[in-house]
Amino acid sequence: MKYMMLNYRDEAAAANMTKEDQMQEMQDYNAFFEYARQRATIISGEAVRPTSAATTIRVRDGKTLTTDGPFVETREGLAGFYVIDCKDLDEAIEIASKIPVAREGSVEIRPVVTFE
Amino acid sequence: MTTGQIAAQIETTFRQEHGKVLAVLIATLGDFALAEDALQDALIAALEQWKQDGVPRNPGAWITTIAKRKAIERIRRDSNFTRNQQVILDSLKGDEDDEEEEMETIPDERLKLMFTCCHPSLNLDAQVALTLRTLGGLSTHEIARAFLIPPTTMAQRLARARTKIRDAGIPYRVPPAELLPQRLDALLTVIYLIFNEGYVATSGDMLIRHELCSEAIRLCRILVELLPDKPISAEARGLLALMLLHDSRRDARVNGNGELVVLEDQDRAKWDHDRINEGTAILDYALRLLNPGPYQVQAAISAVHARAETAQKTDWAQIVELYQTLFQMTASPVVEVNRAVAMAMAGNPQAGLRILHHLKLEMEEFFPFHVAHADLLRRTNQREAAADAYERALELCQNNLEHAYLRRKLDELA
Repeated sequence: MKYMMLNYRDEAAAANMTKEDQMQEMQDYNAFFEYARQRATIISGEAVRPTSAATTIRVRDGKTLTTDGPFVETREGLAGFYVIDCKDLDEAIEIASKIPVAREGSVEIRPVVTFE
Repeated sequence: MTTGQIAAQIETTFRQEHGKVLAVLIATLGDFALAEDALQDALIAALEQWKQDGVPRNPGAWITTIAKRKAIERIRRDSNFTRNQQVILDSLKGDEDDEEEEMETIPDERLKLMFTCCHPSLNLDAQVALTLRTLGGLSTHEIARAFLIPPTTMAQRLARARTKIRDAGIPYRVPPAELLPQRLDALLTVIYLIFNEGYVATSGDMLIRHELCSEAIRLCRILVELLPDKPISAEARGLLALMLLHDSRRDARVNGNGELVVLEDQDRAKWDHDRINEGTAILDYALRLLNPGPYQVQAAISAVHARAETAQKTDWAQIVELYQTLFQMTASPVVEVNRAVAMAMAGNPQAGLRILHHLKLEMEEFFPFHVAHADLLRRTNQREAAADAYERALELCQNNLEHAYLRRKLDELA
C-alpha cells in the first residue's frame, strides 16, 4: 500500500538554522533515505520551499483567482513529502517515525488511493 | 425446551460466539465490513434454523460455515466487482471443499481483532465502540445507550472506524515483539475505560452499565487466556484482578435507597467473596511474573481493602506504601490525593493535609481533590473549612448519586 508522508515543520525555526545545523540535517535526510530504501520502496520524495513561496489559485466562473500564501495558514508549514510503498500502516508509522522532521515537527501519513 | 428458552439460548450463543467467529471471518476475508455483513446474514439464518432444530453441537463452526457462504453471495451480488474480491472468492472456494465434513473447531483469532480495534490511529471513542461491537457482540443500540449518545451517532462512529481500518491499511495481526508492550498498553486502556464507564458513572440505564463491567472483565479474561504465559502478560492479569476486586463490591456500593455508600461505610458481608478470591489469586500469579506495573499495584491496593474485616482494621500503612509505588510509576497527582487520604486513615491526617496543600493549585478543577480535602478537614475538626470544600466539590460534581452523598456529608456538618 502506498502512503504519502507529509512533513510539517516550524518555518521560522527552519529559516534561522545555522550552516552547521543545515549540514547536519542534510546528513540526517541522506541517512533516512538510505534506511527507507532498504526497508521499502520509495516512490518519490521532494522538499518544498516554505509557505512564503506558495501561491494558491481558485477558478470561479472561469476566472482564475490568485492569492499569495498557502491554502490554510498553520503554525507548521509543509516542508516536503515522500510517497513510500509499505506493507501496512504499522510499517508506514515505523518508517515515518524515522523522518528527521518527526523529531521537531510532525509527519501526516495519508494512504494513496489506488484506482482499479 | 420452550420457545422462550430456545430464544434465550440462541442469544447467549450469539453473544459468546460473536467475537470468535468475526475474528476468523476477518482473517479469511481480509475485509472488516464484509465479514461483519456476512456474519449478520449468517446470524439471521441461524436464528431461523435453530428455532426449529435447536442450537447445534458446535454453533461457532456452524455460523462460520454459513457466513462464508453468505460472503460469497455478497461478493457475487456486488456490481463493483474488484480484483481483490476475486482473490477472496478463490480462497473461499478452496475452503468450501474442506468443509464437507462439518468443522469441529475454529481457530481463535480474537487477539488480532483486539489489536486492530485498539490501534492508536483510531481515536479512543472509536476504539471503545469497535471493541464492544466486534468482540463484545453488544448491539450498536446497546453501546449507544451505555454511552448516552444517539444510536445514529454511534452507528456513524462505528462505520467511520471500519472505513478507516480498510483505507488506512491498519494491519490485522498481533503486533511484533518490539511494538507489543506499547500496543498492549493501549488495549488495556480501552478495557479499563469500558469497565470504569460501567462502574463509576451511575447515571443512565443501570442494567446496561453493569453489563459494561461484565464485558470488560470478559474481554480481559479472553486477553489473558490468549497472551503467552510470560512477563508480558503481567499487567493484563493485573487489570483483570483489579476489575474483579472492584466488581466484588458492586452490590455494597449502593444501599436500598439507591444512595452511594463509600468504601469505609460498606457492608462487607455484601462483597462477592468468589470474585475477591479469584482476583487475589490472579494478582498473586501476575506478581510472580516479576513485571510490575500500575494495574498490579492498584489491584494490590484493592486486595488490601478486600482482606480487611472492617475499615478500621485495614492495613493503611501498606496502602500508603503502595500509593507511593504507584506514584513513582505514574507521577499522577490523583494518586497523591489518594495517598493523602490513606495517610489520614493510617492515623496522620495532618500529613495528609500537607500533601493536599501542595496539590491545591494543580487540582483546583478536580472534584475528587475537594472531596478528599473536605474529608480530611472534617476528620481534623475544621468544620467551616470542610464545609467550604464540600461546597466546592458539589459545584464540580457531575454525578447524581455522588452529588447526593456530598450533600448528606455537608448537612451532617451543619
